[in-house]
Amino acid sequence: MNSTKVLDAKGLACPMPIVKTKKEMKELETGDILEIHATDKGAKSDLAAWAKSGGHEFLKDEEENDVLKFWIQKG
Amino acid sequence: MTVNPMTAQEVTEKILNNDQLFILDVRNEDAFQDWKIEGKGITYLNIPYFDLLDGVEEILDQLPSDQDILVVCAKEGSSIMVADMLSEEKRDVYYLQGGMKAWSEYLEPVKVADLNDGGELYQFVRIGKGCLSYMVISNGEAAIIDATRMTDAYVAFAENKGAKVVHIFDTHLHADHISGGRKLAAQTGATYWLPPKDAAEVTFDYAPLEDQEIVKVGDTNITIHAIYSPGHTIGSTSFVIDEQYLLSGDILFIDSIGRPDLAGKAEDWVQDLRDTLYTRYKELSDELIVLPAHFMTIDELNDDGTVSERLDTLFKNNHGLNIENEEEFRKMVTENLPPQPNAYQEIREMNMGKTNPSDEDQREMEIGPNRCAVR
Repeated sequence: MNSTKVLDAKGLACPMPIVKTKKEMKELETGDILEIHATDKGAKSDLAAWAKSGGHEFLKDEEENDVLKFWIQKG
Repeated sequence: MTVNPMTAQEVTEKILNNDQLFILDVRNEDAFQDWKIEGKGITYLNIPYFDLLDGVEEILDQLPSDQDILVVCAKEGSSIMVADMLSEEKRDVYYLQGGMKAWSEYLEPVKVADLNDGGELYQFVRIGKGCLSYMVISNGEAAIIDATRMTDAYVAFAENKGAKVVHIFDTHLHADHISGGRKLAAQTGATYWLPPKDAAEVTFDYAPLEDQEIVKVGDTNITIHAIYSPGHTIGSTSFVIDEQYLLSGDILFIDSIGRPDLAGKAEDWVQDLRDTLYTRYKELSDELIVLPAHFMTIDELNDDGTVSERLDTLFKNNHGLNIENEEEFRKMVTENLPPQPNAYQEIREMNMGKTNPSDEDQREMEIGPNRCAVR
């Protein structure tokens, strides 16, 4: 997937992955894709819910060697 | 203004006292709907923390000023963030120390009774998850039934009572929570008893618990009498302690009965469940006090914090014991069942000794309510 930017949120505990995601998202343009790497297991359901409430699109997620990867498109 | 931690133990005290408490739960809506802190005096507001990142002004007028406010999240971090923001807006608030993880792990020991010859029976109420485990103490020895994975709590409690843990029992192979039995046996050197029909696939040594087996605790007359009572699982075994207390495992609860589907064999086990509840249990003394392995709602707690009821009362009031028609019974326990407990298959595998997840993974596996019952 063509990510506009990659955010490394590995090792960060809740709420930091979302705090950082929100900040990064502000810098992006509508349609841009932010790729987020995190290790906090709660990140998945929270990012999905956050994207929904913020009008962004949660495109997909993957798990690779304990690292959770998410792709969110700015709405 | 101040932000203070509130421990799971302090929250439990408030619930048992029916105190008023306002909970601002900042987890996402699905997590809140699935599982939350429950109590008669609790009122809630659920706003996810990620909707509060820009400020809490909008919710200030929804927070009461005449009762304690507790901010709750999954692990604690987000609740501290929101609590700090509220404090800046001049509100005194608490956050739940350790979050719902700590809530899920907290055990409140409650004395059920003094037994004959100086023995004691305790119920360990895992209030966040609705799991109940038990300790019998008699003359310097202790037996533990349906232990959770928080084994240190039992070891410390027994030590404090001057008792050595000598027997550990599981009424059945659990699917909703990780059994502490094996770990406790390793920690204490006690014998770990399991019903052999549930233990066919276990990878470790255990003592087979057969029907009518009698195990003594201490050198007094406290006996633990095993009664084969299949239905929730094929090996499910109940215990009569001191001829007065019926530990019914996941077969019979206060306001519901065990579900037969968690090992994937609902249709096969319906008749066993029916026979156990409507024949085997009927033959027991009416005066037995039933002590189940779970409660479903906080309303099932007695005023003293215990979860217990006389068997004859349950025969009168428990809906699951009053279905005359066998077909209707079969339908009730096999159709329209509630969702299964989180990760129940992984939990069964681990309880069989087949897997060895990290502590963090074990916590994740146990998230949510127990869901072992049908009503």
